[in-house]
Amino acid sequence: MATGITARELIRPATVADDALRRPSRSLWSDAWRQFRRHRLAMFGVVVFAILLVATLIGPFVYRASSDAIDYSQGLLGPSLAHPFGTDDLGRDLLARVLLGGRVSMAVGVFAVLIAITLGTTVGAVAGFFGGRVDSLLMRVTDIFLALPVLPLLLMVTYLFRDPLKRVFGPELGIFLLIVGVIGALNWMALARLVRAGFLSIKQKEFVEAARCVGASNRRLMANHILPNTLSAVIVAATVGVGQAIITESALSFLGLGFPPDMPTWGRLLYDAQNFLDLAPHWAIFPGLMIFLIVLSINYIGDGMRDALDPRKTQ
Amino acid sequence: MLVISFVLFAILSLAPGDPLAQFAANPSVPPEVRDNIRRSLGLDDPWPVRYVKWLFALSHGDWGFSFGSRIPVWDLLKLRIPSTLAVVGVAYLFSLTLALPIGIFSALKQYSLFDHIATTFAFIGFSVPTFFTGLLLIIFLSVKLNWLPFIYDSTLQVRDLASLGQQVRQSIMPILVLALFQTATLVRYTRASMLENLPQDYVRTARAKGLAETSVVTRHVVRNSLIPVVTLIALSAPAVFSGAIITEQIFRVPGIGSLLITSIQNNDIPVIMAITFTFSFLVVIFNMVADVLYGVLDPRIRYD
Repeated sequence: MATGITARELIRPATVADDALRRPSRSLWSDAWRQFRRHRLAMFGVVVFAILLVATLIGPFVYRASSDAIDYSQGLLGPSLAHPFGTDDLGRDLLARVLLGGRVSMAVGVFAVLIAITLGTTVGAVAGFFGGRVDSLLMRVTDIFLALPVLPLLLMVTYLFRDPLKRVFGPELGIFLLIVGVIGALNWMALARLVRAGFLSIKQKEFVEAARCVGASNRRLMANHILPNTLSAVIVAATVGVGQAIITESALSFLGLGFPPDMPTWGRLLYDAQNFLDLAPHWAIFPGLMIFLIVLSINYIGDGMRDALDPRKTQ
Repeated sequence: MLVISFVLFAILSLAPGDPLAQFAANPSVPPEVRDNIRRSLGLDDPWPVRYVKWLFALSHGDWGFSFGSRIPVWDLLKLRIPSTLAVVGVAYLFSLTLALPIGIFSALKQYSLFDHIATTFAFIGFSVPTFFTGLLLIIFLSVKLNWLPFIYDSTLQVRDLASLGQQVRQSIMPILVLALFQTATLVRYTRASMLENLPQDYVRTARAKGLAETSVVTRHVVRNSLIPVVTLIALSAPAVFSGAIITEQIFRVPGIGSLLITSIQNNDIPVIMAITFTFSFLVVIFNMVADVLYGVLDPRIRYD
């Protein structure tokens, strides 16, 4: 019996119950992970994302070229062995700058989404759970935020408030906080609606009622019973949100209203590069490619997760 | 709308930054003159008073004067809106005519080669930021191939065929950039909506009646699938205008987007106010349009 079928199975076909006993326990998450692995493009996204993440986190320690050593004789060189991504107009090594910039861009993406998630889930949960006047008030606020034109407002706020924050927190941290805060504060509305819809449907379920009968407090009902059931929507929205936040940050920097020039985020690199497109196209292509790759991989991951966490699609 | 305009105004007025900073730097303008200008512009009042004044003026169709260029804001907007509308409008039409057939066809032939190419293309178009596509197009089409001019010439006037050709040539890239993004979003949406409708019972009924496949698709499936797509088109219109801000900046198109950026840099509050207000107005209007369209197109939805 080289195939691994036992004699008992030959006599009596394995029943469903047998099957279930032998198999390792399956939780929602392991199911989702199994499903997710089958999504080839999503796995591709994970790999690309992991490579980029490791590269930006560890890269600057391995690749030791200075990101701000100025050498005019080496200006605007194309990619070569000494400078794999070429150099900019001041002769600074672009690979080093791209790696460094990736840290900032990704940090902005992640923190902005954390803010958006916190705001969105809180508003959505409170509105959905308590209903009535609280709900209609919070939803009006959400509607107003939805009607605010995001990009113009973002431009306005970052420009107008950059100086005071700079004075308080220093030029880099100040702008970082500002950008993260503004992007987060303008992107929680869709999530709030999602969470509210989830809460509205789940709070009617019997198990919530049962928990309430046992004497669970409102807080406990919300955090331990209802929220976990809306989590999959939150996770998918958050993943895609990271990509959107990275794009928004880059767009701000690209318009010259983001980070200061000595902080090479990807958008900032593009902004600096756009006047040298004829002499040094590589300067724009590499950081742009990074933005593109990271957003593409994040979107694929989000797509895969949406499929994996959708109970209708699980076999 | 009132609340939005109030919020916008409050943010602007509470923000530090002096609209007269450019005079402060100029030694030939004495402080007394600066105070006079300030008074004549009504900047002495506290901001809630200014808000009421602004709102009152707006109800007469008066958007106020631009601090920077000293002409009425409305005249400034009138100069800029046509080029934005032209670029955004053409891009929108272009992406519509492209996206609907692609989305429908790729849903009908799900998992075919065409479908794979279309969905990959849509995913890429959806992920690549507009400023990067813009720069790439400039690198390849203008710098390398030298086909198209990469700066939008705003002084160009269309008088004859040659200048019309030039106008078309300089508009190609901004339109392409906007259209690519919009097409990608629409293709994804159309395809998803078609796929949702195709396996439904009414489609089987239509087939069972013996209808030809083309009429099943065009009369039944497409009509139903396009309901949410139409809403999306209306809802995403303001987003396209926002996208135009970036595109205008790349190609130096003199539209309202670039006007917004320069006026933000100059602290030109009336102009910023007018533009952001117009944008939020667009959002609200298109939301209402989407709601109404939804009700008209989908008989299941009724408003009391």
